[in-house]
This record gives sequence, structure tokens and C-alpha cells, in this order.
Amino acid sequence: MVPSKPRVALFVTCLVDLFRPTVGFAAVKLLEDAGCVVEVPASQTCCGQPAYNSGDKADTKAIARNVIAAFEGYDYVVAPSGSCAGMIHEHYARLFEDEPEMFQRAQHLGNRTHELISFLVDVLGVTGVAAAYDGIATYHDSCSGLRELGVKQQPRTLLRSVEGLSLRELPGAETCCGFGGTFCIKYPDISNRMVGDKAADIVATGADTLLAGDMGCLMNMAGKLSREGHKIAVRHVAEVLAGVTDEAAPIGGAR
Amino acid sequence: MQPTSHAFKANVRDALGDETLQRALGNMKTGFIGKRLAAVARLPEFEALRDQGRAIKNHTLEHLDFYLETFERNVTQAGGHVHWARTAEEARQIILGICRSVDAKTVTKGKSMISEEIALNDFLEAEGLVPVETDLGEYIIQLRHEAPSHIIAPAIHLVKEQVEEIFRATHTDLPEGRPLSEPRELTDEARAVLRRRFLEADVGITGANFLIAETGSTVIVTNEGNGDLTQTLPKIHIVLASLEKVVPTLEDATGILRLLARSATGQEFSTYTTFSTGPRRPGDLDGPGEFHVVLLDNGRSAMLGTEFQDMLRCIRCSACLNHCPVYQSVGGHAYGWVYPGPMGSVLTPSLIGVEEAGNLPNASTFCGKCESVCPMRIPLPKMMRHWREREFEQNLAPAPFRAGLKLWAFFAKRPMLYRFGANLAAKLLGRLGRDAGHFTRLPLAGGWTGGRDLPAPEGKSFMEQWQARRREAA
Amino acid sequence: MDARSQILDSIRKSLKRGPLGESAATVPANRIAHHAPGLIPGRTRSLDAKGLRDLFVQMAEEVQTTVTRVADPAEVPGAVADYLANHNLPADLTMAPDPALDAYPWVDRPLLHIRRGRAEDRDQVSVTGAFAAIAETGTLMLTSGNDRPTTLNLMPDTHIVVLRADQVVGPYETAWARLREEQSGNAMPRTVNFITGPSRTGDIEQRIQLGAHGPRRLHIVLVEGPDAKVA
Repeated sequence: MVPSKPRVALFVTCLVDLFRPTVGFAAVKLLEDAGCVVEVPASQTCCGQPAYNSGDKADTKAIARNVIAAFEGYDYVVAPSGSCAGMIHEHYARLFEDEPEMFQRAQHLGNRTHELISFLVDVLGVTGVAAAYDGIATYHDSCSGLRELGVKQQPRTLLRSVEGLSLRELPGAETCCGFGGTFCIKYPDISNRMVGDKAADIVATGADTLLAGDMGCLMNMAGKLSREGHKIAVRHVAEVLAGVTDEAAPIGGAR
Repeated sequence: MQPTSHAFKANVRDALGDETLQRALGNMKTGFIGKRLAAVARLPEFEALRDQGRAIKNHTLEHLDFYLETFERNVTQAGGHVHWARTAEEARQIILGICRSVDAKTVTKGKSMISEEIALNDFLEAEGLVPVETDLGEYIIQLRHEAPSHIIAPAIHLVKEQVEEIFRATHTDLPEGRPLSEPRELTDEARAVLRRRFLEADVGITGANFLIAETGSTVIVTNEGNGDLTQTLPKIHIVLASLEKVVPTLEDATGILRLLARSATGQEFSTYTTFSTGPRRPGDLDGPGEFHVVLLDNGRSAMLGTEFQDMLRCIRCSACLNHCPVYQSVGGHAYGWVYPGPMGSVLTPSLIGVEEAGNLPNASTFCGKCESVCPMRIPLPKMMRHWREREFEQNLAPAPFRAGLKLWAFFAKRPMLYRFGANLAAKLLGRLGRDAGHFTRLPLAGGWTGGRDLPAPEGKSFMEQWQARRREAA
Repeated sequence: MDARSQILDSIRKSLKRGPLGESAATVPANRIAHHAPGLIPGRTRSLDAKGLRDLFVQMAEEVQTTVTRVADPAEVPGAVADYLANHNLPADLTMAPDPALDAYPWVDRPLLHIRRGRAEDRDQVSVTGAFAAIAETGTLMLTSGNDRPTTLNLMPDTHIVVLRADQVVGPYETAWARLREEQSGNAMPRTVNFITGPSRTGDIEQRIQLGAHGPRRLHIVLVEGPDAKVA
């Protein structure tokens, strides 16, 4: 049962915090507009994926302990990122399989952790937003959100309610963009090839706007489109849905 | 074959720059993926069959010794022989011994990844035999002295011009002016040439997609029929298979067969699915005089009971390769050994060691597409992560990367220090990148900025702004 | 320790147990003894005999198998002769010595030159029967035997199969059940071929070519009997 005024802790994510606070504020606005009370635990740093995906379980667990402690006691934890929400929702409990108490706490936290858009639609029952956006947008499905959390229709549902926005499906929307966290650092040439293929698909749609739900993907795709000289505005889907696109330049764009 | 997995990064560079390879890989993208999707859409029970496949294999693995013993008993009862090989070398020697027993010269081969794994062809050649691959793709790469680049379509990295070239160079008894530019012409030529070899062969060696414990049968799955000609015409049929190929009953094999072709090529069923039980029966007009099964361990029994056991469910369909964006970019040879793609990334370190093959499980974004299409529901990214854990414990990752990670983790575990560092970085980088909104070059970020711009931070971290707004509101 | 013992030992060590005790061994033993069918796709479930035949033909034709449907066994030799003529093939057949094929009046077509036996390399056309036809995927099931040499299924360019209506089944499981019944006990034929269309390859640039090594033409003469006339 959803409480009448849900207390939501925002997991802002390290990339949003460092690179694009606009997304964090857009998330807060969307949550508050939907009737939530939003708090931002001050001691959050990162969900721990870089360590986890590098095989460093010890550091991952240390980080996870901090996250679990900081985010306990809320009705929900919401992140504007499928991969961070997925990390907490899917993987935290597994880290503590040999520690029954932490396992319980991790599971409890995981069960209440959601990606932003799917939270709005699936949990709060939001069916539309009051925003307007004049443009042709195409949407990339970030892998973790899609495959771990089932984020697929929800952003499309909300985008269709945005006045003036025309949504074009991206062929290969579900194909990985090549970011993969540490992957783009360890294997930059493969990453570069994958994002090049993705950019070609994006350009071929004729869209003037690219949207997605994860900053890593967005920065990766924005960086490639920009390097290739395409004038496509890249934004986090929350910015469009919250109607704050006038407040910040697109990702990688000049102010 | 000598692994080059340790040179993965160099292999990748070569592969990305190879225009012919990239052209060939482009063909792949539209073929297998769309066909599999159509086949799956046509079978409402597909998801349930995947669950069943996993259950059959898990049950079998838990009782692997029992089923192998039962299989052996039934092969023997049908007049066949079972040989057990712990290592690649043992398997090679067993096969050589069988070949020598009939003074074999020509040995035809159905497609067998296990035979690649044990480097059988080179060995047989060194011993004076003539192994001839009969699967068209395998034949082509045998002529080119190459390894297969895909587990079901070995020559997928080639364009037809390359096939024409090697046929002209090899089939020198055929008229020079003959047309060979179309796949039809190339296929007809291979059919004629290989038909001679099928008939000459003293021994035929196939792999096995399944070993049936209940009946002592071996199962091969082909579209060409080459496996059938390989096993029916010569004096001896040798089946080379790894331990985990066994399934309990004919019905169990059938359940998994419903997944195999659909996952591989999108066919409802492969053209030739053949169950073989023992040698020629008294009164038979054809069939091999002897039937031998060589069961190979080579690391499988050691995978049982470990976090890699699930990999033993693999039925070698290639769906994971076909859907992997990394494989699609670099092709199979970059992986440096027999098994490429996601399944290769999990299996190879088990078989040849994580020191040699460590790059493979690292070269993944964990997008999860492989797991989503695996008919046997193998959790491939999870096992790749386990390899990364093993490498981390053994300090195998490159030093600069480990140092960077350690530094980042140091901050991430200390919220106050992290806050300080992040706020500072946001300001500094934000200021530096303010005009353009992105960096085209940044120290330490060469891998990224080599091919793409790096968006600049907005300038003040979210947390700093949030705290400021909270203070104002208060 | 020999290789066999060492491998079995290694398996057991990894599974953290010794050899299965008598009671534990009943689980896998029973699985084999009962050989229960698993999940069977529903696509053939509610089809009657004619429906199964129609589905079989549809699925077979999808994979470039050609089918001639005749009402009467007497029409079989004519159907074979017509097929050969239509494809400009010589009237030279190698036919399985299978007594099931004796039922057809081949003497009605004296221009068909028929040799009974296994296939030789020079043979262009083979004629065999079948054990069953699986409607589920349009697949023929052929079993080897003294009078059913396997080479006829593989070597010639053209393979003609004479199939009876009562041989068409829905799913694979029905065919296995019939085989078990016929073979009484676990004795399998030496070779069971499941054949789904003519031989093919996609090994060159992913473009499908028929007739890679096996037959490039697979033709079925389906003898449907009186109920073929029912709509």
C-alpha cells in the first residue's frame, strides 16, 4: 500500500551529483509533484558499482553498508538511474549472503528501491505530466534499467503526455551504447565503436533530441554525437518530464 | 591452437581496423537476430521450455556420474566402445590409437568444437594422417589455416571473395576459368570436392550435441548433412564429446532440441538431427563397422560444485555471441581461442586459466543481452563478474587500473572526504569546461576523449546546491 | 587410477559426495525408467488426423520440402514418375529394400528403373519410406534397418519419401513412444534421422544455399487414403 504522502529518499547518483545536478532537481520536482516528501541523505556517495564490477567485493560491501545505513527508514528510495537502482535492488542482498542481519537489511532496502520513472508510473500511478517540449525525441533503453528493472514502457508513457513532443522509436533502442562503467575505460576502442554504431542509429531517426534514464549512457552518447558534429540535444528524460529544459543546456552543450 | 587471449587488446585493434571483417560482421547483425526473434514469437511455450531446459541440465549435472555410467553401459550394450580422457592429450592419443588400428589415412570430420579445443587436426597431421573438415565453413577455414570465429558458423568472418580465393588456390585440378563468384557456385564446388573425401575416409569423427544415457545414443545436429556422411560411410565412427553433453532420456533431449535451432538460427529444427546407437548391425547394408565415444573431461568435472557450474548447461547454440554488441564489433578471433563471445568469456578462463584469458570476462558492459537470450538461462554476466573477483583477489588487473579503483574507493567509503572531493571537482571541471560545455581533451581521459567529447560538469555539485537551498529555506 | 575412475572420482569430489547410494540412485534410475515426456508445445494438441497432415505439409513446405498428396497407394508410382519428369531427372531410382515399399504397384511404371539397395555415389535419386512424420516441425523420422540403409537419405541429390497418413503424428513424443513400442525395450535402431527439409548451408555470407552435402531436393509422396477427400 502506498502511503498518502510517501517519504522518498533520493539517491542522486554520483554522475548526477558531479556532472548534472539539473537531473537531481528535476527528479525532486517530479516526485514532489506526484505527492512525495523528498529527502536527500547527506552521506551518500556512490552505489558501489565500479568496485562491484571490478571484482572488489570488500570495497563494494563497505560502500553498501554506508548506503544501507543512510537510506534506511524511508518509504522508498528513488534514483534517476536504472543502473544504480538496479545495483541496490538486485545486487546488494547478494553481497551479504553470509551475513544474515545485513542480508535482511539489504533485501529490505532493495525491495523499496526504484528507478525514478518506473517509480512514478508503476508505484505512484502517474499517467501523465504537465510539461511541454517542442521537438522530435528518440529514447535509448539503458541496459540495467531495461533488463534488471523492467523499465521500458513507463518513460514512453509519460513522454507521450508531454505537449508538443513527438516520440520516434530508436532502432536498436535496447542495444548497449558501450558505456558499461569501467568498460569504457578498460576497452575504450570497443566502447567507441559501440557508441559510434549507436550514434548512427540515433542520427538516422531524424530526431533532434535524445533521451534516456541513465547519465553514464547519456554522457557517452552525447559525447559521441558532439564529436561527430551532430546538433542533437541530449537530456535525461526527467528534465523533459519535469519541464525544466529551459534551465540548462543539453548534456555537453554550451551554456 | 595456441591461445592469444592474453593479446586481446591488440586483437581488438586489428579487428576494428579490418574492413573486410567489419563488412562480414555487418551481415550477421540482420541474420540470426531477426530469425531467432521470429522463431521465438511463433512458440508460446518458449519461456517455459527455457525453464525446463535449465531444470533438466541442473538435474543431470547433480547426477553426472550416474548418467555417464549409464550411458557407457548402453553404448557398450549396443556394440560400441567408450573411452575416458582426462586431458586433451589423452583424448588425442586415444583417437590416434583408434585410427592406427585400421591404418587410417583420411579422416573426415563433422564440426566439433571439442576437436578444436584439443587441437586434434594439427596433431593428426603431424602423425601423418589427413584430417578433412567437411562442414563448409570449417572446410574453408581449414584451407586458410585459420581458427573458427563462431561456434556454429565458423567462416562468418569471411566474405565470398575470400572463399573464392582459397578455393582457386587449393582446387587446382579444376578449370581456371570457371565462375566462382557466387555462394551457389562455391557451395557446389565444395560439395563435389568433399564428396570424394567422404567416400575415401577410413575414419569419421563427429562431436555430439547430446549423449543419451537411457539408450547410449549420440546426437548430432547439422544443416548440411556432413555429419551424417562423416559418420555413416567410413569403417569407424568416433564421437568426441565433453562430459556435460549427457542428458538422461530421449524426451529430455527432445525438450532441449526445441530450444537449440530456434536459438541458433531461428529454424524450427535443424535439417539433420541424428541419433546414433552403436555400429552397423548384422545385416545392415551401410553404417560404420565400429562405434567409439571419447568422453573428455579437460576441466569440466572441476567446474562442478563451483560458482561456474551453470556454464555446464551450455548447449553451444551461439545466441549469446549473435546478440553480444562486443562480439558484433570485434568478431570471434579477437577472443584468441576456441570459444568466443559471452560463453567463451566465461568458459575459456576455466579451461586455459584466468592469467591467459582474463581479458575476456572483463571486456563486457554487463548489458545482460546474452543472459536474456540464453535458452538455458545461464547467468553469464554474473559468472564474468566472478572471474573479475578471482582476478582481483589474485591481483591480475593492470596496475594503473587497480590504483585508480583503490583511489576512487578510498573516497567513496568516506562520505565527508568524498563530498569535499566531488564538490571541488564539480567546480574545477565545471569552470574549465564552461565555454564549450564539454572537453575534447582531458588528462587521464584519453581513452574517452580519443573518440568522443566529455560533457563538462554544470559547475556546482547537486549536494552542494541542495544543502544551500535547504539552508536558504530554513 | 585409470582415467575413468579418476574422472568419476573428480565429479563426485566436486559434488561433495561419494557414489550414489542405492536409495539416492533411484531418482535418476527412475527418471530413465519412466522417460516421461516434458512440456509438449500446444500447436498440435487439438488437431485431428487431417489437421495434423495439413500442418505437417505446411511446415515441411516452409523448409523447401515439396509434397504431393495422393488419395490412393496405387497413385504412388505415378506421382514419383511425374515428379522426376517435372524436374528433368532421370528415371533411375535406388529404392530401399523396405517391404513397406513393396505395397506400391511399381510395375505400373515400367519406365522407372529401380535398383533396391543402399546408395552408391553415382545414384541421383533415392526412394525410401519413413518411420513417422512430425507435424510439429514438418520433420521426417527415418530409422535404419537391414532393409532401410541410411545412405539413401544422405547421398543422392534427390530423396523421395513415401509417407502414409497413419505415420503422421503431432509432437516428437508420440514418435518416440511409437518407436519404443515397435522396438520393445531400449534397443534403438542404429540410426534415427530426423530430416527437416533438404540439406542447406548459410556458411558463406549468411546466404542460404540448398544441397550442401545431403540432398538438394526432398520430396514427399503422402498417401492420404479415403479420408483425404473429407474437407
